[in-house]
Amino acid sequence: MDYSPKVMEHFANPRNVGELADANGIGEVGNAKCGDIMRMYLKIENGIIEDVSFKTFGCGAAIATSSMATELIKGKPIEDALKLTNRAVVEALDGLPPVKIHCSVLAEQAVKAAISDYYRRQGIDPTPIVGEQCENCDCENCH
Amino acid sequence: MQKLIYADHAATTRVSDSVFAAMLPYLQEQYGNPSATYAIGRETKHAIENARAQLARLLNAAPQEIYFTSCGTESDNWAIKGYAHAMKSKGKDHIITTAIEHHAVLHTCQSLEKEGFSVTYLPVNSEGYITAEQVKDAITDRTGLVTVMYANNEIGTIQPIGEIGAVCKAAGVVFHTDAVQAVGHEPIDVKAEHIDMLSLSGHKLSAPKGIGALYLRRGIVLPPYLDGGAQERGRRAGTENTAFIVALGQAAEDAGKDMEARQKRVADLRDRLIEELSKIPHAHLNGGRSPRLSGNVNFSFAGVEGESLLLMLDMQGVAASSGSACTSGSLDPSHVLLAIGLPHEIAHGSLRLTLGEDNTDEDVDTLLRVIPPIIERLRAMSPTWEKYREE
Repeated sequence: MDYSPKVMEHFANPRNVGELADANGIGEVGNAKCGDIMRMYLKIENGIIEDVSFKTFGCGAAIATSSMATELIKGKPIEDALKLTNRAVVEALDGLPPVKIHCSVLAEQAVKAAISDYYRRQGIDPTPIVGEQCENCDCENCH
Repeated sequence: MQKLIYADHAATTRVSDSVFAAMLPYLQEQYGNPSATYAIGRETKHAIENARAQLARLLNAAPQEIYFTSCGTESDNWAIKGYAHAMKSKGKDHIITTAIEHHAVLHTCQSLEKEGFSVTYLPVNSEGYITAEQVKDAITDRTGLVTVMYANNEIGTIQPIGEIGAVCKAAGVVFHTDAVQAVGHEPIDVKAEHIDMLSLSGHKLSAPKGIGALYLRRGIVLPPYLDGGAQERGRRAGTENTAFIVALGQAAEDAGKDMEARQKRVADLRDRLIEELSKIPHAHLNGGRSPRLSGNVNFSFAGVEGESLLLMLDMQGVAASSGSACTSGSLDPSHVLLAIGLPHEIAHGSLRLTLGEDNTDEDVDTLLRVIPPIIERLRAMSPTWEKYREE
Protein backbone atom coordinates (compact mmCIF):
# COMPACT_ATOMS: atom_id res chain seq x y z
CA MET A 1 0.00 0.00 0.00
CA ASP A 2 1.44 3.31 -1.04
CA TYR A 3 0.78 5.69 1.84
CA SER A 4 1.94 9.29 2.08
CA PRO A 5 4.74 10.05 4.58
CA LYS A 6 2.13 11.88 6.66
CA VAL A 7 -0.09 8.80 6.86
CA MET A 8 2.90 6.68 7.82
CA GLU A 9 3.94 9.21 10.44
CA HIS A 10 0.49 9.15 12.07
CA PHE A 11 0.38 5.37 11.78
CA ALA A 12 3.78 4.97 13.41
CA ASN A 13 3.12 7.60 16.09
CA PRO A 14 -0.63 7.85 16.52
CA ARG A 15 -1.84 10.82 18.60
CA ASN A 16 -4.37 10.45 21.40
CA VAL A 17 -4.51 6.66 21.52
CA GLY A 18 -6.30 4.80 24.28
CA GLU A 19 -9.32 5.12 26.50
CA LEU A 20 -10.42 8.33 28.16
CA ALA A 21 -11.42 7.57 31.75
CA ASP A 22 -13.65 10.63 32.14
CA ALA A 23 -15.14 10.63 28.65
CA ASN A 24 -18.71 11.88 28.43
CA GLY A 25 -19.28 10.90 24.80
CA ILE A 26 -18.22 7.61 23.23
CA GLY A 27 -18.99 6.50 19.68
CA GLU A 28 -18.09 3.35 17.80
CA VAL A 29 -18.47 2.78 14.06
CA GLY A 30 -17.53 0.13 11.53
CA ASN A 31 -17.62 -3.58 12.10
CA ALA A 32 -15.16 -6.40 12.40
CA LYS A 33 -16.56 -8.14 9.36
CA CYS A 34 -15.18 -5.51 7.02
CA GLY A 35 -12.04 -5.17 9.06
CA ASP A 36 -12.31 -1.69 10.58
CA ILE A 37 -13.70 -0.59 13.94
CA MET A 38 -13.17 2.89 15.31
CA ARG A 39 -14.10 4.01 18.79
CA MET A 40 -13.85 7.70 19.68
CA TYR A 41 -13.83 9.04 23.26
CA LEU A 42 -14.70 12.69 23.91
CA LYS A 43 -14.56 14.83 27.02
CA ILE A 44 -16.75 17.83 26.36
CA GLU A 45 -17.00 20.81 28.70
CA ASN A 46 -18.92 24.00 28.02
CA GLY A 47 -19.38 23.01 24.39
CA ILE A 48 -15.63 22.55 23.88
CA ILE A 49 -13.91 19.25 23.13
CA GLU A 50 -11.43 19.41 25.99
CA ASP A 51 -9.97 16.00 25.36
CA VAL A 52 -10.28 13.23 22.82
CA SER A 53 -8.86 9.78 22.26
CA PHE A 54 -9.46 6.74 20.07
CA LYS A 55 -9.11 3.01 19.79
CA THR A 56 -9.05 1.46 16.34
CA PHE A 57 -8.94 -2.03 14.89
CA GLY A 58 -8.03 -1.65 11.27
CA CYS A 59 -5.47 -1.01 8.60
CA GLY A 60 -2.77 1.64 8.51
CA ALA A 61 -5.15 4.18 7.01
CA ALA A 62 -7.78 3.49 9.68
CA ILE A 63 -5.27 4.21 12.44
CA ALA A 64 -3.86 7.29 10.70
CA THR A 65 -7.29 8.79 9.97
CA SER A 66 -8.39 8.19 13.58
CA SER A 67 -5.26 9.90 14.83
CA MET A 68 -5.65 12.85 12.45
CA ALA A 69 -9.36 13.25 13.27
CA THR A 70 -8.57 13.54 16.98
CA GLU A 71 -5.96 16.21 16.26
CA LEU A 72 -8.36 18.18 14.10
CA ILE A 73 -11.11 18.37 16.73
CA LYS A 74 -9.13 18.65 19.96
CA GLY A 75 -9.85 21.95 21.73
CA LYS A 76 -12.52 22.88 19.19
CA PRO A 77 -16.18 23.75 19.83
CA ILE A 78 -18.68 20.95 19.09
CA GLU A 79 -19.99 22.91 16.10
CA ASP A 80 -16.54 22.84 14.49
CA ALA A 81 -16.11 19.14 15.20
CA LEU A 82 -19.45 18.45 13.54
CA LYS A 83 -18.18 20.20 10.43
CA LEU A 84 -15.22 17.82 10.17
CA THR A 85 -15.50 16.09 6.82
CA ASN A 86 -13.72 12.99 5.63
CA ARG A 87 -12.25 15.15 2.88
CA ALA A 88 -10.60 17.39 5.47
CA VAL A 89 -9.07 14.34 7.13
CA VAL A 90 -7.77 13.08 3.78
CA GLU A 91 -6.30 16.46 2.92
CA ALA A 92 -4.62 16.80 6.29
CA LEU A 93 -2.97 13.44 5.65
CA ASP A 94 -1.73 14.51 2.19
CA GLY A 95 -4.11 12.06 0.55
CA LEU A 96 -5.10 8.41 0.84
CA PRO A 97 -5.08 5.62 -1.74
CA PRO A 98 -8.56 5.41 -3.36
CA VAL A 99 -9.36 2.04 -1.73
CA LYS A 100 -8.71 3.60 1.68
CA ILE A 101 -11.01 6.61 1.40
CA HIS A 102 -13.66 4.70 3.38
CA CYS A 103 -11.37 4.89 6.41
CA SER A 104 -11.66 8.67 6.41
CA VAL A 105 -15.45 8.33 6.18
CA LEU A 106 -15.28 6.09 9.22
CA ALA A 107 -13.24 8.73 11.10
CA GLU A 108 -15.85 11.41 10.34
CA GLN A 109 -18.63 9.06 11.44
CA ALA A 110 -16.81 8.12 14.64
CA VAL A 111 -16.59 11.78 15.68
CA LYS A 112 -20.30 12.26 14.95
CA ALA A 113 -21.24 9.07 16.80
CA ALA A 114 -19.32 10.22 19.89
CA ILE A 115 -20.97 13.66 19.81
CA SER A 116 -24.39 12.00 19.43
CA ASP A 117 -23.64 9.89 22.48
CA TYR A 118 -22.68 13.03 24.41
CA TYR A 119 -26.01 14.68 23.56
CA ARG A 120 -27.93 11.54 24.47
CA ARG A 121 -26.23 11.49 27.88
CA GLN A 122 -27.34 15.11 28.31
CA GLY A 123 -30.93 14.06 27.56
CA ILE A 124 -30.84 15.82 24.20
CA ASP A 125 -31.98 14.13 20.99
CA PRO A 126 -28.87 14.34 18.78
CA THR A 127 -30.63 13.75 15.46
CA PRO A 128 -31.57 17.39 14.70
CA ILE A 129 -28.03 18.52 15.57
CA VAL A 130 -25.82 15.71 14.32
CA GLY A 131 -28.06 14.21 11.65
CA GLU A 132 -28.97 10.59 10.95
CA GLN A 133 -26.41 8.17 12.26
CA CYS A 134 -25.32 5.15 10.35
CA GLU A 135 -26.24 2.69 13.12
CA ASN A 136 -25.60 -0.54 11.31
CA CYS A 137 -22.82 0.81 9.21
CA ASP A 138 -22.16 -2.28 7.10
CA CYS A 139 -19.33 -2.89 4.68
CA GLU A 140 -21.21 -1.56 1.69
CA ASN A 141 -21.79 1.76 3.43
CA CYS A 142 -18.20 2.12 4.49
CA HIS A 143 -16.44 1.19 1.30
CA MET B 1 20.95 0.00 6.96
CA GLN B 2 18.59 -2.44 8.59
CA LYS B 3 18.95 -6.01 7.37
CA LEU B 4 15.91 -7.22 5.43
CA ILE B 5 14.31 -10.32 6.88
CA TYR B 6 12.57 -11.79 3.88
CA ALA B 7 9.77 -14.05 5.06
CA ASP B 8 7.54 -14.04 1.99
CA HIS B 9 8.97 -16.86 -0.12
CA ALA B 10 5.47 -18.08 -1.04
CA ALA B 11 4.98 -14.73 -2.80
CA THR B 12 8.21 -14.90 -4.74
CA THR B 13 11.86 -15.82 -4.35
CA ARG B 14 15.16 -14.19 -5.13
CA VAL B 15 16.87 -15.49 -8.28
CA SER B 16 19.67 -17.71 -7.01
CA ASP B 17 23.29 -17.16 -8.03
CA SER B 18 23.50 -20.37 -10.05
CA VAL B 19 20.24 -19.61 -11.88
CA PHE B 20 21.36 -16.05 -12.61
CA ALA B 21 24.69 -17.28 -13.98
CA ALA B 22 22.97 -19.91 -16.12
CA MET B 23 20.51 -17.52 -17.76
CA LEU B 24 22.76 -14.53 -18.41
CA PRO B 25 24.50 -15.82 -21.58
CA TYR B 26 21.11 -16.18 -23.25
CA LEU B 27 20.46 -12.45 -23.21
CA GLN B 28 23.50 -11.04 -24.99
CA GLU B 29 25.63 -13.91 -26.30
CA GLN B 30 23.31 -16.79 -27.12
CA TYR B 31 20.52 -14.61 -28.41
CA GLY B 32 19.67 -16.64 -31.53
CA ASN B 33 16.07 -17.51 -32.29
CA PRO B 34 15.68 -21.18 -31.31
CA SER B 35 13.71 -21.81 -34.52
CA ALA B 36 16.59 -20.59 -36.69
CA THR B 37 18.89 -22.82 -38.70
CA TYR B 38 22.28 -21.23 -37.93
CA ALA B 39 24.55 -22.15 -35.05
CA ILE B 40 23.47 -19.59 -32.43
CA GLY B 41 19.86 -20.59 -33.09
CA ARG B 42 20.56 -24.30 -32.76
CA GLU B 43 22.46 -23.70 -29.54
CA THR B 44 19.54 -21.94 -27.91
CA LYS B 45 17.27 -24.75 -29.09
CA HIS B 46 19.55 -27.21 -27.31
CA ALA B 47 19.50 -25.06 -24.19
CA ILE B 48 15.71 -25.12 -24.18
CA GLU B 49 15.59 -28.88 -24.61
CA ASN B 50 18.15 -29.29 -21.86
CA ALA B 51 15.96 -27.17 -19.54
CA ARG B 52 12.94 -29.27 -20.49
CA ALA B 53 14.82 -32.40 -19.49
CA GLN B 54 16.00 -30.82 -16.21
CA LEU B 55 12.43 -29.89 -15.28
CA ALA B 56 11.07 -33.28 -16.37
CA ARG B 57 13.56 -35.04 -14.08
CA LEU B 58 12.33 -33.07 -11.07
CA LEU B 59 8.78 -34.33 -11.68
CA ASN B 60 9.63 -37.83 -12.98
CA ALA B 61 8.04 -36.84 -16.29
CA ALA B 62 9.27 -37.25 -19.86
CA PRO B 63 10.73 -34.11 -21.47
CA GLN B 64 8.07 -34.21 -24.22
CA GLU B 65 5.44 -33.86 -21.50
CA ILE B 66 6.70 -30.42 -20.43
CA TYR B 67 5.38 -27.22 -22.03
CA PHE B 68 6.84 -23.84 -21.08
CA THR B 69 4.40 -21.02 -20.36
CA SER B 70 4.68 -17.49 -18.99
CA CYS B 71 3.51 -18.24 -15.44
CA GLY B 72 1.51 -20.54 -13.16
CA THR B 73 -1.70 -18.67 -13.92
CA GLU B 74 -1.30 -19.30 -17.64
CA SER B 75 -0.67 -22.99 -16.98
CA ASP B 76 -3.82 -23.21 -14.83
CA ASN B 77 -5.92 -21.41 -17.44
CA TRP B 78 -4.61 -23.56 -20.25
CA ALA B 79 -5.03 -26.86 -18.42
CA ILE B 80 -8.48 -26.21 -16.97
CA LYS B 81 -10.15 -24.29 -19.77
CA GLY B 82 -8.41 -26.36 -22.43
CA TYR B 83 -9.43 -29.68 -20.96
CA ALA B 84 -12.94 -28.49 -20.08
CA HIS B 85 -13.53 -27.53 -23.70
CA ALA B 86 -12.00 -30.79 -24.94
CA MET B 87 -14.13 -32.97 -22.63
CA LYS B 88 -17.39 -31.43 -23.81
CA SER B 89 -17.31 -33.57 -26.94
CA LYS B 90 -17.31 -36.62 -24.65
CA GLY B 91 -20.47 -35.43 -22.91
CA LYS B 92 -18.65 -34.27 -19.77
CA ASP B 93 -19.49 -30.89 -18.25
CA HIS B 94 -18.70 -31.25 -14.55
CA ILE B 95 -15.51 -30.14 -12.79
CA ILE B 96 -14.50 -30.81 -9.18
CA THR B 97 -12.19 -28.48 -7.29
CA THR B 98 -11.75 -27.17 -3.73
CA ALA B 99 -12.78 -24.04 -1.88
CA ILE B 100 -9.16 -23.12 -1.13
CA GLU B 101 -7.67 -22.98 -4.62
CA HIS B 102 -5.61 -20.03 -5.79
CA HIS B 103 -7.62 -17.44 -7.72
CA ALA B 104 -5.92 -18.62 -10.92
CA VAL B 105 -7.96 -21.81 -10.54
CA LEU B 106 -11.06 -20.43 -8.76
CA HIS B 107 -11.67 -17.62 -11.21
CA THR B 108 -10.97 -19.95 -14.15
CA CYS B 109 -13.63 -22.33 -12.82
CA GLN B 110 -16.04 -19.44 -12.30
CA SER B 111 -15.46 -18.35 -15.87
CA LEU B 112 -16.30 -21.88 -17.05
CA GLU B 113 -19.48 -21.83 -14.96
CA LYS B 114 -20.60 -18.82 -16.98
CA GLU B 115 -20.09 -20.95 -20.10
CA GLY B 116 -22.44 -23.59 -18.70
CA PHE B 117 -20.08 -25.98 -16.93
CA SER B 118 -21.01 -27.08 -13.44
CA VAL B 119 -18.34 -26.91 -10.76
CA THR B 120 -18.25 -28.55 -7.32
CA TYR B 121 -16.15 -26.66 -4.77
CA LEU B 122 -15.23 -29.22 -2.12
CA PRO B 123 -15.08 -27.82 1.41
CA VAL B 124 -11.96 -28.39 3.51
CA ASN B 125 -11.89 -29.33 7.18
CA SER B 126 -10.88 -26.84 9.87
CA GLU B 127 -7.22 -27.80 9.33
CA GLY B 128 -7.40 -27.09 5.61
CA TYR B 129 -7.41 -30.59 4.14
CA ILE B 130 -9.69 -32.48 1.77
CA THR B 131 -9.82 -36.26 1.41
CA ALA B 132 -9.74 -38.53 -1.61
CA GLU B 133 -13.08 -39.88 -0.36
CA GLN B 134 -14.66 -36.45 -0.85
CA VAL B 135 -13.42 -36.38 -4.42
CA LYS B 136 -14.65 -39.93 -5.02
CA ASP B 137 -18.11 -39.10 -3.67
CA ALA B 138 -18.38 -35.99 -5.83
CA ILE B 139 -17.58 -37.75 -9.12
CA THR B 140 -20.61 -38.35 -11.35
CA ASP B 141 -20.89 -39.74 -14.87
CA ARG B 142 -20.67 -36.14 -16.12
CA THR B 143 -17.40 -35.38 -14.34
CA GLY B 144 -14.48 -34.95 -16.71
CA LEU B 145 -11.92 -33.03 -14.67
CA VAL B 146 -10.72 -32.79 -11.09
CA THR B 147 -8.38 -29.94 -10.14
CA VAL B 148 -6.94 -29.89 -6.61
CA MET B 149 -3.98 -27.77 -5.55
CA TYR B 150 -0.91 -29.67 -4.38
CA ALA B 151 -0.20 -27.31 -1.48
CA ASN B 152 -2.01 -24.20 -0.34
CA ASN B 153 -0.27 -20.87 -0.80
CA GLU B 154 -1.68 -19.31 2.37
CA ILE B 155 -1.81 -22.02 5.00
CA GLY B 156 0.68 -24.46 3.50
CA THR B 157 -1.46 -27.58 3.79
CA ILE B 158 -0.47 -30.39 1.41
CA GLN B 159 -3.36 -32.38 -0.02
CA PRO B 160 -3.36 -36.20 -0.49
CA ILE B 161 -2.51 -35.84 -4.18
CA GLY B 162 -1.46 -39.46 -4.78
CA GLU B 163 -4.72 -40.76 -3.30
CA ILE B 164 -6.81 -38.27 -5.26
CA GLY B 165 -4.89 -39.20 -8.41
CA ALA B 166 -5.67 -42.88 -7.84
CA VAL B 167 -9.37 -42.10 -7.35
CA CYS B 168 -9.44 -40.10 -10.58
CA LYS B 169 -7.57 -42.75 -12.51
CA ALA B 170 -9.98 -45.46 -11.36
CA ALA B 171 -12.96 -43.27 -12.36
CA GLY B 172 -11.47 -42.34 -15.74
CA VAL B 173 -11.42 -38.63 -14.81
CA VAL B 174 -8.52 -36.35 -15.73
CA PHE B 175 -6.62 -34.97 -12.74
CA HIS B 176 -4.93 -31.54 -12.73
CA THR B 177 -3.01 -30.07 -9.83
CA ASP B 178 -1.82 -26.52 -9.31
CA ALA B 179 1.57 -27.33 -7.80
CA VAL B 180 2.96 -23.81 -7.89
CA GLN B 181 3.79 -23.82 -4.16
CA ALA B 182 5.08 -27.38 -4.06
CA VAL B 183 7.40 -27.77 -7.05
CA GLY B 184 11.00 -27.56 -5.95
CA HIS B 185 10.04 -27.79 -2.28
CA GLU B 186 8.22 -31.13 -2.06
CA PRO B 187 9.16 -34.36 -3.80
CA ILE B 188 6.71 -34.82 -6.69
CA ASP B 189 6.35 -37.87 -8.89
CA VAL B 190 3.67 -37.33 -11.52
CA LYS B 191 3.62 -41.03 -12.43
CA ALA B 192 3.36 -42.43 -8.90
CA GLU B 193 0.80 -39.78 -7.95
CA HIS B 194 -1.30 -40.34 -11.11
CA ILE B 195 -1.16 -36.67 -12.11
CA ASP B 196 -2.36 -35.94 -15.65
CA MET B 197 -1.68 -32.19 -15.70
CA LEU B 198 0.45 -30.08 -13.36
CA SER B 199 1.00 -26.31 -13.26
CA LEU B 200 4.17 -24.73 -11.92
CA SER B 201 5.79 -21.33 -11.72
CA GLY B 202 9.49 -20.51 -11.88
CA HIS B 203 9.66 -17.62 -9.46
CA LYS B 204 8.62 -19.77 -6.50
CA LEU B 205 11.83 -21.79 -6.84
CA SER B 206 14.51 -19.19 -7.47
CA ALA B 207 13.90 -18.67 -11.20
CA PRO B 208 12.70 -15.24 -12.39
CA LYS B 209 9.10 -14.07 -12.62
CA GLY B 210 7.53 -14.55 -16.03
CA ILE B 211 8.25 -18.24 -16.64
CA GLY B 212 6.10 -21.24 -15.84
CA ALA B 213 5.35 -24.67 -17.21
CA LEU B 214 2.57 -27.15 -17.68
CA TYR B 215 3.14 -30.88 -17.47
CA LEU B 216 0.76 -32.74 -19.74
CA ARG B 217 0.81 -36.52 -19.48
CA ARG B 218 1.32 -38.19 -22.84
CA GLY B 219 -2.15 -38.87 -24.22
CA ILE B 220 -3.77 -35.73 -22.81
CA VAL B 221 -4.53 -33.48 -25.76
CA LEU B 222 -5.41 -29.85 -25.16
CA PRO B 223 -6.35 -27.30 -27.79
CA PRO B 224 -3.38 -24.96 -28.46
CA TYR B 225 -3.22 -22.10 -25.98
CA LEU B 226 -1.63 -19.71 -28.46
CA ASP B 227 -1.97 -20.29 -32.18
CA GLY B 228 1.01 -19.38 -34.32
CA GLY B 229 4.32 -21.04 -35.03
CA ALA B 230 5.53 -24.51 -34.17
CA GLN B 231 7.04 -23.66 -30.79
CA GLU B 232 6.18 -26.01 -27.91
CA ARG B 233 5.02 -28.63 -30.40
CA GLY B 234 2.57 -26.15 -31.87
CA ARG B 235 0.52 -25.98 -28.70
CA ARG B 236 1.89 -22.79 -27.26
CA ALA B 237 3.22 -20.69 -30.10
CA GLY B 238 5.46 -17.65 -29.71
CA THR B 239 9.23 -17.28 -29.67
CA GLU B 240 10.57 -19.00 -26.58
CA ASN B 241 11.72 -16.96 -23.59
CA THR B 242 15.08 -18.67 -23.83
CA ALA B 243 16.93 -17.09 -20.92
CA PHE B 244 14.05 -17.67 -18.52
CA ILE B 245 13.49 -21.22 -19.72
CA VAL B 246 17.18 -21.93 -19.07
CA ALA B 247 16.74 -20.33 -15.64
CA LEU B 248 13.77 -22.56 -14.82
CA GLY B 249 15.72 -25.62 -15.91
CA GLN B 250 18.65 -24.70 -13.69
CA ALA B 251 16.32 -23.91 -10.77
CA ALA B 252 14.68 -27.32 -11.19
CA GLU B 253 18.03 -29.08 -11.21
CA ASP B 254 19.18 -27.17 -8.12
CA ALA B 255 15.90 -27.90 -6.33
CA GLY B 256 16.27 -31.61 -6.93
CA LYS B 257 19.63 -31.68 -5.15
CA ASP B 258 19.48 -32.32 -1.39
CA MET B 259 15.79 -31.53 -1.30
CA GLU B 260 15.27 -33.57 1.83
CA ALA B 261 18.09 -31.89 3.76
CA ARG B 262 16.89 -28.44 2.68
CA GLN B 263 13.31 -29.24 3.65
CA LYS B 264 14.41 -30.36 7.08
CA ARG B 265 16.49 -27.26 7.69
CA VAL B 266 13.64 -24.93 6.68
CA ALA B 267 11.08 -27.02 8.60
CA ASP B 268 13.19 -26.69 11.76
CA LEU B 269 13.03 -22.89 11.44
CA ARG B 270 9.29 -23.10 10.77
CA ASP B 271 8.67 -25.32 13.78
CA ARG B 272 10.55 -23.00 16.12
CA LEU B 273 8.47 -20.06 14.88
CA ILE B 274 5.25 -22.02 15.33
CA GLU B 275 6.19 -23.17 18.84
CA GLU B 276 7.13 -19.70 20.01
CA LEU B 277 4.36 -17.70 18.32
CA SER B 278 1.80 -20.16 19.75
CA LYS B 279 2.72 -18.81 23.18
CA ILE B 280 1.19 -15.42 22.37
CA PRO B 281 -2.28 -15.37 24.00
CA HIS B 282 -5.15 -15.83 21.53
CA ALA B 283 -2.79 -16.76 18.71
CA HIS B 284 -4.22 -19.36 16.37
CA LEU B 285 -2.18 -21.43 13.91
CA ASN B 286 -4.02 -21.63 10.60
CA GLY B 287 -3.71 -24.93 8.74
CA GLY B 288 -2.77 -28.33 10.12
CA ARG B 289 0.74 -29.11 11.32
CA SER B 290 1.30 -32.03 8.96
CA PRO B 291 1.57 -32.45 6.06
CA ARG B 292 2.50 -28.82 5.65
CA LEU B 293 4.94 -26.95 3.40
CA SER B 294 8.28 -26.82 5.15
CA GLY B 295 8.44 -23.02 5.07
CA ASN B 296 4.85 -22.04 5.89
CA VAL B 297 3.75 -20.33 9.11
CA ASN B 298 0.29 -18.74 9.27
CA PHE B 299 -1.17 -17.29 12.46
CA SER B 300 -4.19 -15.22 13.38
CA PHE B 301 -3.90 -12.88 16.34
CA ALA B 302 -7.24 -11.87 17.85
CA GLY B 303 -7.78 -8.12 18.03
CA VAL B 304 -5.06 -7.36 15.47
CA GLU B 305 -5.62 -6.31 11.88
CA GLY B 306 -3.27 -7.75 9.26
CA GLU B 307 -2.26 -4.71 7.27
CA SER B 308 -1.27 -2.74 10.36
CA LEU B 309 0.79 -5.71 11.46
CA LEU B 310 2.54 -5.89 8.09
CA LEU B 311 3.27 -2.15 8.07
CA MET B 312 4.83 -2.34 11.51
CA LEU B 313 6.86 -5.37 10.51
CA ASP B 314 7.97 -3.53 7.38
CA MET B 315 9.20 -0.65 9.53
CA GLN B 316 11.39 -3.19 11.33
CA GLY B 317 12.70 -4.60 8.06
CA VAL B 318 10.49 -7.69 7.91
CA ALA B 319 8.72 -8.62 4.66
CA ALA B 320 5.67 -10.81 5.32
CA SER B 321 2.09 -11.12 4.11
CA SER B 322 -1.47 -11.40 5.39
CA GLY B 323 -4.90 -12.68 4.42
CA SER B 324 -6.41 -9.39 5.50
CA ALA B 325 -8.83 -7.78 3.06
CA CYS B 326 -6.98 -4.51 3.51
CA THR B 327 -3.92 -5.91 1.80
CA SER B 328 -5.81 -7.15 -1.22
CA GLY B 329 -8.06 -4.18 -1.86
CA SER B 330 -11.16 -6.36 -1.60
CA LEU B 331 -13.88 -6.33 1.05
CA ASP B 332 -13.47 -9.85 2.28
CA PRO B 333 -10.56 -11.46 4.00
CA SER B 334 -8.93 -14.49 2.43
CA HIS B 335 -11.34 -17.13 1.07
CA VAL B 336 -8.92 -19.75 2.40
CA LEU B 337 -9.16 -18.52 5.99
CA LEU B 338 -12.94 -18.29 5.72
CA ALA B 339 -13.02 -21.83 4.24
CA ILE B 340 -11.26 -23.26 7.31
CA GLY B 341 -13.98 -21.65 9.41
CA LEU B 342 -12.32 -18.53 10.82
CA PRO B 343 -14.72 -15.70 11.71
CA HIS B 344 -14.18 -12.57 9.62
CA GLU B 345 -12.56 -10.54 12.38
CA ILE B 346 -10.01 -13.26 13.10
CA ALA B 347 -9.31 -13.80 9.41
CA HIS B 348 -8.50 -10.09 9.11
CA GLY B 349 -5.73 -10.55 11.65
CA SER B 350 -3.66 -13.16 9.90
CA LEU B 351 0.08 -13.14 9.39
CA ARG B 352 1.80 -15.40 6.87
CA LEU B 353 5.52 -15.95 7.21
CA THR B 354 7.01 -18.16 4.50
CA LEU B 355 10.62 -19.18 4.94
CA GLY B 356 13.18 -20.24 2.40
CA GLU B 357 16.63 -21.74 2.33
CA ASP B 358 18.26 -18.33 2.70
CA ASN B 359 16.61 -17.75 6.09
CA THR B 360 18.72 -18.36 9.18
CA ASP B 361 18.30 -19.07 12.88
CA GLU B 362 19.14 -15.41 13.46
CA ASP B 363 16.23 -14.42 11.21
CA VAL B 364 13.91 -16.49 13.37
CA ASP B 365 15.41 -14.85 16.49
CA THR B 366 14.68 -11.43 14.99
CA LEU B 367 11.13 -12.38 14.04
CA LEU B 368 10.48 -13.67 17.54
CA ARG B 369 11.91 -10.49 19.01
CA VAL B 370 9.89 -8.05 16.88
CA ILE B 371 6.51 -9.76 16.43
CA PRO B 372 5.23 -10.04 20.04
CA PRO B 373 5.68 -6.32 20.91
CA ILE B 374 3.92 -5.32 17.69
CA ILE B 375 0.98 -7.58 18.54
CA GLU B 376 0.89 -6.07 22.02
CA ARG B 377 1.02 -2.53 20.69
CA LEU B 378 -1.77 -3.06 18.15
CA ARG B 379 -3.90 -4.83 20.74
CA ALA B 380 -3.47 -1.92 23.14
CA MET B 381 -5.11 0.36 20.58
CA SER B 382 -7.73 -2.18 19.44
CA PRO B 383 -11.36 -1.91 20.60
CA THR B 384 -11.95 -5.58 19.69
CA TRP B 385 -9.12 -6.93 21.84
CA GLU B 386 -10.96 -6.14 25.09
CA LYS B 387 -13.47 -8.94 24.66
CA TYR B 388 -10.74 -11.54 24.06
CA ARG B 389 -8.54 -10.25 26.87
CA GLU B 390 -11.32 -10.79 29.36
CA GLU B 391 -11.91 -14.39 28.27
